[in-house]
Amino acid sequence: MNAHTDTIDEFVASDYKYGFVTDIESESLEPGLNKDVVRFISAKKNEPEWLLDWRLKALQHFEKMKSPTWPQVKYPPVDFQDISYYSAPKKKGDGPKSLDEVDPKLLETYEKLGVPLHERARLAGVAIDAVFDSESIGTTFKEDLAKAGVIFCSISEAVQKHPELVKKYLGTVVPYTDNFYATLNSAVFSDGSFVYIPQGTRCPMELSTYFRINAANTGQFERTLIVAEESSHVSYLEGCTAPMRDENQLHAAVVELVALDNAEIKYSTVQNWYPGDEQGRGGIYNFVTKRGVCKTNAKISWTQVETGSAITWKYPSVILQGDNSIGEFYSIALTNKAQQADTGTKMVHIGKNTRSTIVSKGISAGKGQNSYRGLVQVGKKATKARNFSQCDSLLIGDKCGAHTFPYIEAKNPSASIEHEATTSKIGEDQIFYCNQRGLEPQDAVNMIVNGFCKEVFRELPMEFAIEAQKLLDVSLEGSVG
Amino acid sequence: MSSATANETAPTPIEAFARVEQAGGPLLPLRKTGLARFAERGFPTTRDEDWRFTSLKPLADLPFLPTLEPSDQAFNQTEINGITFGRHDVDRLVFVDGHHSSDLSLISDQPDGVTVSNLADSLSELKNDISSLSANDENPFIALNDAFFTDGALIRIPSNGRLAKPVHLVFLSTAAGDGQAAHVRNWIDAGDNAQGTLVESHLSLGQAATSTNVVTETRIGAGANLEHIKFQDQSDSTVHLASLHSELSKDARYAFHSLALGSRLSRNNLRMRLAKPGIECVLNGLYMTHSDQLADHHMIVDHAAPRCDSHEYFNGILDNQSRGVFHGRILVQSDAQKTNAKQTNKNLILSDHATANTKPQLEIYADDVRCTHGATVGELDDDAIFYLQTRGLDTKTARRMLMHGFAGEIVDRIQHDGIREELDQLVWNRLEDKHHLD
Amino acid sequence: MLEIKNLQAGIEDKPILRGIDLSVNAGEVHAIMGPNGSGKSTLASVLAGRDGYDVTSGEVLLQNDNLLNLAPEERAREGVFLAFQYPVEIPGVNSAYFLRSAVNEIRKHRGEEELDAMHFLKAVKTKMKELGLSEDFLKRPVNTGFSGGEKKRNEILQMAMLNPRLAVLDETDSGLDIDALRIVADGVNRLKGPDNAQVVITHYQRLLDYIVPDFVHVLYDGRIIKSGDKTLAYELEEKGYDWLIQNAA
Repeated sequence: MNAHTDTIDEFVASDYKYGFVTDIESESLEPGLNKDVVRFISAKKNEPEWLLDWRLKALQHFEKMKSPTWPQVKYPPVDFQDISYYSAPKKKGDGPKSLDEVDPKLLETYEKLGVPLHERARLAGVAIDAVFDSESIGTTFKEDLAKAGVIFCSISEAVQKHPELVKKYLGTVVPYTDNFYATLNSAVFSDGSFVYIPQGTRCPMELSTYFRINAANTGQFERTLIVAEESSHVSYLEGCTAPMRDENQLHAAVVELVALDNAEIKYSTVQNWYPGDEQGRGGIYNFVTKRGVCKTNAKISWTQVETGSAITWKYPSVILQGDNSIGEFYSIALTNKAQQADTGTKMVHIGKNTRSTIVSKGISAGKGQNSYRGLVQVGKKATKARNFSQCDSLLIGDKCGAHTFPYIEAKNPSASIEHEATTSKIGEDQIFYCNQRGLEPQDAVNMIVNGFCKEVFRELPMEFAIEAQKLLDVSLEGSVG
Repeated sequence: MSSATANETAPTPIEAFARVEQAGGPLLPLRKTGLARFAERGFPTTRDEDWRFTSLKPLADLPFLPTLEPSDQAFNQTEINGITFGRHDVDRLVFVDGHHSSDLSLISDQPDGVTVSNLADSLSELKNDISSLSANDENPFIALNDAFFTDGALIRIPSNGRLAKPVHLVFLSTAAGDGQAAHVRNWIDAGDNAQGTLVESHLSLGQAATSTNVVTETRIGAGANLEHIKFQDQSDSTVHLASLHSELSKDARYAFHSLALGSRLSRNNLRMRLAKPGIECVLNGLYMTHSDQLADHHMIVDHAAPRCDSHEYFNGILDNQSRGVFHGRILVQSDAQKTNAKQTNKNLILSDHATANTKPQLEIYADDVRCTHGATVGELDDDAIFYLQTRGLDTKTARRMLMHGFAGEIVDRIQHDGIREELDQLVWNRLEDKHHLD
Repeated sequence: MLEIKNLQAGIEDKPILRGIDLSVNAGEVHAIMGPNGSGKSTLASVLAGRDGYDVTSGEVLLQNDNLLNLAPEERAREGVFLAFQYPVEIPGVNSAYFLRSAVNEIRKHRGEEELDAMHFLKAVKTKMKELGLSEDFLKRPVNTGFSGGEKKRNEILQMAMLNPRLAVLDETDSGLDIDALRIVADGVNRLKGPDNAQVVITHYQRLLDYIVPDFVHVLYDGRIIKSGDKTLAYELEEKGYDWLIQNAA
């Protein structure tokens, strides 16, 4: 029996089915964080001078910052010198020219994850950029997208091929000084996706990025930038998994969305990083900054299903700068075992007649701690701004916690802000009713949880909604004793 | 007098402590610890999460000097009868600048075991009580109060006892000179099944920029039922800081009503500990601000035992450049199953420059609970205005009726008929006088 | 009493009423029926003067006064009463206080003496008994925490107290069980007199078993496509709206 089947056995035995390790030779940088590391990453990617300068400024700023303590999560301090900031599958020669030349082991990995990249099995209607540790290993349907004028590639490639676009928008929504982990990301980001939708274009297919952490002791710092020109439309989905390891691994990503006049961006996330075990050993620290800016009549909609990670700390936000712009946030966050989540959104109303909707569903099971934290801010000039927020929490078992921390600040008398929150447990009568109709307790719980989350599932693209629903069921396994 | 000269001629609070030390007394150790704790922490800033929206700048310009001596201003009973609630049939305890005035107080005979008096004369017997409920609070103003409090009310109701009449605590600030700080301490102890109504008024006589720092500790026994109405109507140049720490026992019922109308800056820290099962606790507040006022209510309701109900209702009407701040946290500990908690904060903004900050929070560690919270900020409801119009009321009357109703939601929860009716009228007149209703 | 001539109205450039003509005389009961989205509730809102509806053409005369120039409260004082499909909840405003204010505004307008609290209470309690409303009802805030049936009964109570010339009942039957429906209908019938008129808007024929109309009009796509007597309602019950819609098209 070789090492490979061992990991498969492990995967079968556990309830986290993406916990396997791909045995592939990687090129990893020694742990540590300093100027040389930043220069190395930048050189590896053959970056222009301005980008290296930007990274170095971020590093300098980072060295002056302290990690935030306000989230409702507990974890030992992260030693930033103990992390490797770059790891990528070793390339043969100049690296693959197309997906056909990619190492078959990598293709096999993605196939096992349910994301086939090779021609014959590709998911119809979905273009995928696959990111493995620090590198993008390939993007499907590039040619079809190019015909529509859509650019969808890794951000490293975009820096080479479309430097003017990257330079124009990078850091405009999330500046390198923004917050602790965003600053770190700005200094050391390795790869991520870049999307550009030209004026008046409706992107002909769903775009998707699949992030995979494989190597041990590495951090993943991807950077995604999506620009939707005037009157364009795009729907984008990201998925994430990682092997089971006893150490915690850091994932600190930044996503920037720019929706120009009348444009619409729909951004969906199904996050299923390794959550760690019951005792809280291992798992990913998912510290992410996601923000979009809406110009006049533009719309940004965030949908997230967060079932993985030991700790999730993210607040996908919308700056409603243009008049009549719309921001939406739909979230399901599930914490089981010893998972902790502190997640929510910020809706910043600047323009007139701006509208935002927040629907957050938190599910706590096992020893999970789940917090919603959100800000709705209405500026002086945001006449007739409207917000509706609904935050519901569901508790399963008596060792978990559910918390809600909304912040509301209104400076305009015509604002209308409504926040509602409820916390409840799954009723015994509900379970009994299901039992009486012949359902197992676990199935009853799954059914009730899925019902609880329905409003959010509805926002996901169809095939992912089904996937997300299954994921929720798997993540809840063992929650009913 | 400018603040610079005030600083030169007057000592700082820490220097003023020499006189407290000289006076000695059974609570000197508490006072010393308080001073040390305050010296260590200093005034909070907006970088402290609990003070994020409430800047203490107005205080920074004041010397904040404890009024260790009673004022020599003289008043008579007739003047006191003229104040809000002054004509009700109550027992009245009056304090001027934090000093008890027995001439102005009117206390009838009390049933056996009931105490309605000032607290400074009973410090020895209260040695172990004072600060027993507030000690764990990090709020530096409590530490400062520990060090400097001069007097306050002592209310004790024995088991199965009740107050002869509602007790009206009147705290007057002479407000004769800028920078005076009155530190008031109240101790309220209601035994098992005790009953009573308590009204607490804070008023100023002058217009000087003074401050009041009041700390109230309330112990409510099993099955006891206490209604506590706090009416803060000090002058617009004052700073009002208050902390209320209540510990409730099994099946106790406690309703606290806060009406925050006055002061340039007012802050009410409310800390409720629901320590035993079956408690019903209501916090009910109305704040109406104009000019550059700021009214802040900051509360934590700690559900530490099962089967308790808590309700927080706070409505704010904000005009001009004023700001209303609400921070409500319901904490449900893991043993507090069958908790039923509800929290609402509604804000009406009447001007382009007013700000509402609201943070209704839930922190829940038990699974069998029903907790909801809601917050709204906005204008009057157009549908409601139309509905009233279709019944023959013009928009001006409709708006007034709705605003009155908005304030009335809070005032109506006061159980004492006379107090409620007087407040209803007062709130209404105040809205007409000081706010832009059209 | 009521004369509607070529009334056209809509919301934000979207036309809903496309030319309505209707004449209602004193002492008459008219029923307006029609499928969902035909414009029934818009008609009620336009008659009462709800904000947000643009009247693009036509006129509405109440005893020869043009209603459309009046504010909602002026219409109410002139005797137009709208029973809401969804009565609005007004927290904190006591029902008795609210109703007495409304009654006195209208009495003032008619040059009548205002009712003092005593006379008002006496009058309202009699009406409440007829509608099966308990007395604590007056102490509660307007419509707040009321059940669906209580809200509708409250509308009829207000109508009884305000004694309108023209009552428009917008889907007053929706959400009522049969007993509540009977109470509401009895209340409406009691108010019928030679000097007033009623326009009953409803989706179902059911209500018309209790409030018998003199005329039935079918509204579709913003126009009255058929008028008749009460037998038209039975015909609609039997055949639905489709045959009429096809005839109209």
